[in-house]
Amino acid sequence: MNIVVCIKQVPDTTEIRLNPETGTMIREGVPSIMNPDDKSGLEAALQLKYKYGAHITVITMGPAQADKVLREAYAMGVDRAILLTDRKFAGADTLATSNALAGALRMLDFDLIITGRQAIDGDTAQVGPQIAEHLDLPQVSYVEGLQYDGQKLFTIKKSTEEGYQIVEVEAPCLITILSSANSPRYMSVNGIVNAYKREVEIWRFENINIDEHKLGLKGSPTRVFKSFTKGAKIAGQLYEVEAVEAADIIIEKLKEKFIING
Amino acid sequence: MDFSLTKEQELFLQMIREFAEKEVKPIAAEIDEEERFPMETVEKMAKLGLMGIPIPVEYGGAGANSQLYSIAVEELSRVCATTGIIVSAHTSLCAAPIYEFGTEEQKRKYLPKIASGQWLGAFGLTEPNAGTDAAGQQTTAVDMGDHWLLTGSKIFITNAAYANLYIIIAMTDRSLATKGISAFIVESTSPGFSVGKKEKKLGIRGSATCELIMENCIVPKENLLGQIGKGFGIAMKTLDGGRIGVASQALGIAQGAMDETVKYVKERKQFGRSIGQFQNTQFQLADMDTKIEAARWLVRLAAYKKDMKQPYSIDAARAKLFASETAMEMTVKAVQFHGGYGYTREYPVERMMRDAKITEIYEGTSEVQRMVISAGLLK
Repeated sequence: MNIVVCIKQVPDTTEIRLNPETGTMIREGVPSIMNPDDKSGLEAALQLKYKYGAHITVITMGPAQADKVLREAYAMGVDRAILLTDRKFAGADTLATSNALAGALRMLDFDLIITGRQAIDGDTAQVGPQIAEHLDLPQVSYVEGLQYDGQKLFTIKKSTEEGYQIVEVEAPCLITILSSANSPRYMSVNGIVNAYKREVEIWRFENINIDEHKLGLKGSPTRVFKSFTKGAKIAGQLYEVEAVEAADIIIEKLKEKFIING
Repeated sequence: MDFSLTKEQELFLQMIREFAEKEVKPIAAEIDEEERFPMETVEKMAKLGLMGIPIPVEYGGAGANSQLYSIAVEELSRVCATTGIIVSAHTSLCAAPIYEFGTEEQKRKYLPKIASGQWLGAFGLTEPNAGTDAAGQQTTAVDMGDHWLLTGSKIFITNAAYANLYIIIAMTDRSLATKGISAFIVESTSPGFSVGKKEKKLGIRGSATCELIMENCIVPKENLLGQIGKGFGIAMKTLDGGRIGVASQALGIAQGAMDETVKYVKERKQFGRSIGQFQNTQFQLADMDTKIEAARWLVRLAAYKKDMKQPYSIDAARAKLFASETAMEMTVKAVQFHGGYGYTREYPVERMMRDAKITEIYEGTSEVQRMVISAGLLK
């Protein structure tokens, strides 16, 4: 089985600085991590690999420094890593990003594509589903758990607002996974020692067969009108009371705001 | 000269910090309180390759080096000194001497089990009457033709009771003094080998420290480590490496105490402001930070020289001397900054203070380190 996991490097903090002119994030100087949902996606792939045997490719689109999350993926146990990077990809919204990733994915063999549900920097949850649409693949989003029959069929526990759905899907398909699906393994010491000795393939615009106008800022219909740091709405009220009285106050306030009935 | 961490070291630091925070820190107080050996942590560390960091892959290790090993012990000890010394004693005092002095056959037989963490290792040198004067060995090993017969006892042995393999130092010819001392690889299941009483200690209480008893203990002929009569040198060289481990442990304890102190002085308010706003606090913190950083670079340098295969015995002694005394000083200060709260077990600094003391004692007391360093100056 060939699995491709799409991962993203995201800022490690809520202290995100924005470029006031473009409304896009300034990534320089902010510590970066592998997006938590994506890391769980990687873990799901690794679990399939060690149970059924699989070749795992990770791909990320981003600037040169996104190399680090690919090294981390190597240290966790993946087989191949691709960095999709080109100035033509810069400033991409979710559509342009999914166009670029879908272009790269068409160049790869896959039975299963895994993405995180959403990235903690954008919180859109759009890229995974868009990739599936571009590639005309069945997709299951908000995945909490999956089982594989060892042949072609995945049985998936999908999270919904009401609870869960159990659905079946056949390879090839795409799933978007939640960070609550599993606990990602730690990088191994030997994996770390070898992470920088292995090759990260650099793929540029020329490597994917996608019209330039569908990529980067040009291919991004999303326009950001204004970016601002969200302030606290109102000062909170402080009650210094006993627990029982505190509970009554909370119930009263929740009723006031129609969060609970009564 | 480049003092920055390599990319691999940065990646390793990210992993080990996360591991220490999530897997080690949450049980640090509990294993201290209950004097419980954290076997579950050893198993988790084994899976990641943390039980054989500097041992080559061909012998089942992680194929890294002393610098990564030192960073690992430091970061583990930052949250739990017990966990730090489990790794250190296992790696520096058991895996390392087999790797450095063992025959190819011994390495093939034992290292894969040890370096993978499947087996835990320990080292037996100290005896009731052979502490700093390690040459005063009472344990004897007699050549019985087809095997060795070991008789005697060892005390204060870290990882004992849980270890599967021991490096045991014993006298093979008393008339030759230190030249009559030899080293042996002894399996815990050897006939005549047993583990005695467990010590009740001031600190590192999760670490198992026990007596070893050998009563006509049968050791296979081929388990002599190095040449006969070379055991004292093997023990001393093994302790040189061990000192990098203990220095890293001490450094971690000092840093852990510093982390707790910085957090506390920002939160604790007295006289209407946080105690961190008092200049007395600020000046003391600055001195603490400077000493810890100085200790860190002594430790890094010793590990670097070991990796570069340069002589590092004096560097390791300096690192261990300074880092352990720094750990003691920093933890005492940390408790003082925490005031009455610091004296309670609600806060980790009292544990750190108790843990710090042993770093000035084991694997060569501070006095021994001063002997090593001054001997280098006066030779």
